[in-house]
Amino acid sequence: MLNINSNVPQKNDVRIRELIEEKRQSRNFKGIVEKLIPSFLLVIATLSILTTAGIVYTLLSETVQFFKRVPFLDFFTGTALKPLSQTPEFGILPLLMGTITSSLIAMVVAGPIGLMAAIYLSQYASERVRKVFKPLLEILAGIPTIVYGFFAFTFVTPLLRTLIPGLEATNILSPGIVMGVMIIPMIASLSEDAMSSVPSSIREGALALGSTKLEVTKKVIIPAALSGIIASFVLGISRAIGETMIVTIASGSTKNFTFDITQSMQTMTAYIVEVTGGDAPAGSTVYYSLYAVAMTLFIFTLLMNIGARKISRKFREEY
Amino acid sequence: MTLLTERQQTPLRMVENKQWRKPVYETNGLNLWYGTSHALKNIDLSIHEKEVTAIIGPSGCGKSTYLKTLNRMVEMVPDVSISGNVTFKGNNILGKSMPVEMLRAKVGMVFQKPNPFPKSIYENVAFGPKIHGIRNKTVLDQIVQESLQKAALWDEVKDRLHKSAYGLSGGQQQRLCIARCLAIDPEVILMDEPTSALDPVSTHKVEELIHSIKNDVTIAIVTHNMQQAARISDRTAFFLNGEIIECDTTTAIFNHPADHLTDDYINGRFG
Repeated sequence: MLNINSNVPQKNDVRIRELIEEKRQSRNFKGIVEKLIPSFLLVIATLSILTTAGIVYTLLSETVQFFKRVPFLDFFTGTALKPLSQTPEFGILPLLMGTITSSLIAMVVAGPIGLMAAIYLSQYASERVRKVFKPLLEILAGIPTIVYGFFAFTFVTPLLRTLIPGLEATNILSPGIVMGVMIIPMIASLSEDAMSSVPSSIREGALALGSTKLEVTKKVIIPAALSGIIASFVLGISRAIGETMIVTIASGSTKNFTFDITQSMQTMTAYIVEVTGGDAPAGSTVYYSLYAVAMTLFIFTLLMNIGARKISRKFREEY
Repeated sequence: MTLLTERQQTPLRMVENKQWRKPVYETNGLNLWYGTSHALKNIDLSIHEKEVTAIIGPSGCGKSTYLKTLNRMVEMVPDVSISGNVTFKGNNILGKSMPVEMLRAKVGMVFQKPNPFPKSIYENVAFGPKIHGIRNKTVLDQIVQESLQKAALWDEVKDRLHKSAYGLSGGQQQRLCIARCLAIDPEVILMDEPTSALDPVSTHKVEELIHSIKNDVTIAIVTHNMQQAARISDRTAFFLNGEIIECDTTTAIFNHPADHLTDDYINGRFG
């Protein structure tokens, strides 16, 4: 009789020890793999860091080229940016202004709304409502930014122009607001996570002392979740600073140095799009200015992330 | 009864004298459902002023549910429905007549696991008074000190009042939570297995603390620990499967229980 189950021990014939012993024979190969895996993973991890280092190196070396042609001070204090003019000027201030203004407008829109949505979802909404809202928010976060840009240009700007008579056809206000709308889901979702992860026992403790839901939220939940909330805001700002499509489409390419949000302004990102989209010959000053602007953008976000880390560590309340 | 220590057997007369003490909580025909599961069945029970009432019974018998009904924390569970009457000093607490915050300002609660806020020791104790409108720094300082003293924690923490409460040991955290409760000068403190997460030494300290505050405040305590119920309570209620089997003075329950189920439970024959 063919016994296909010959390896399976019979009821009174348990050979677990022998089976394990047999398996041990093939362990040698496993042992080598076991030792190699960490090195392999280290190489992979190093690769991603090397890539970043490579990008930073390229940025740096080309930026150095730029500053050989344009004085450092002129770049950072110049209020005029005329790269293609007969007498070109390379002041980054108009771009900085555009980036900061649009990001600020976005945060004025997204900060309060996102935070309030998060408070509602984490503290007041029933499980059913939350189950519908959270995925919806995450879908909103997945809308391509070009759609938002288009929406800003063809819908929000005309709407705003009926309300604000002096508004230009391309302006920084409309893309700022739309960027805010884009960031709301991100802030709401991340802040909601931070607030929901405050242990419910802490919440119950505060409620049992006779605090109202609002008091619990204000005095216990938000302080406890503050580091997460700040992190969500910073990610929101980073997103706004790096956002390209919306501002490129809806804010035009006028390199205005102004505080007037009804006018067209250009952001650092939009400038990079404009110049790479045009035909700046490699090796020209305009070409190198791309790298200088990109470097500034990079330093900008880097500084903000470092600052955010410090802030969130300072406010951290452990639980 | 072997469970009783000497101390519990002596104050029999004292307990009897207490019988005229007026009830703070009166429960009549209380029924509670979690969805369709009937968690409390027709509960009639009184909790008397300045007594320690122990609520005992096996897991899932409804004793914690009952305790949480007394400050309406049970309503945080979705899908809960309640019928019957629970009065606190004559006022029905289940109706709309009493705001839940007002009730909870008078009825403190200590939970199974210590749950201090992620704030300093000082801020933990001052939280309740601040919520209820006390802003004066001198008054707050005094409340914090007195509450911590009552909770027998002052000497251990007076030099680090403004350090995080999370640096305290589990037992200290639980006493801090009791101090936090005492800071709003409650009339009743509900304790939901307050020592089940603590080591024996900390447990002993909490029990001593209960002893020292029971002259000022009514205490209802849920416990799994029979010896604890015998040691600290004046009155004991035995719950089983959502029903109340027996409620009497602790001496009576532990010495001559009326129901054989009570006898079986306190002698560890089931549960």
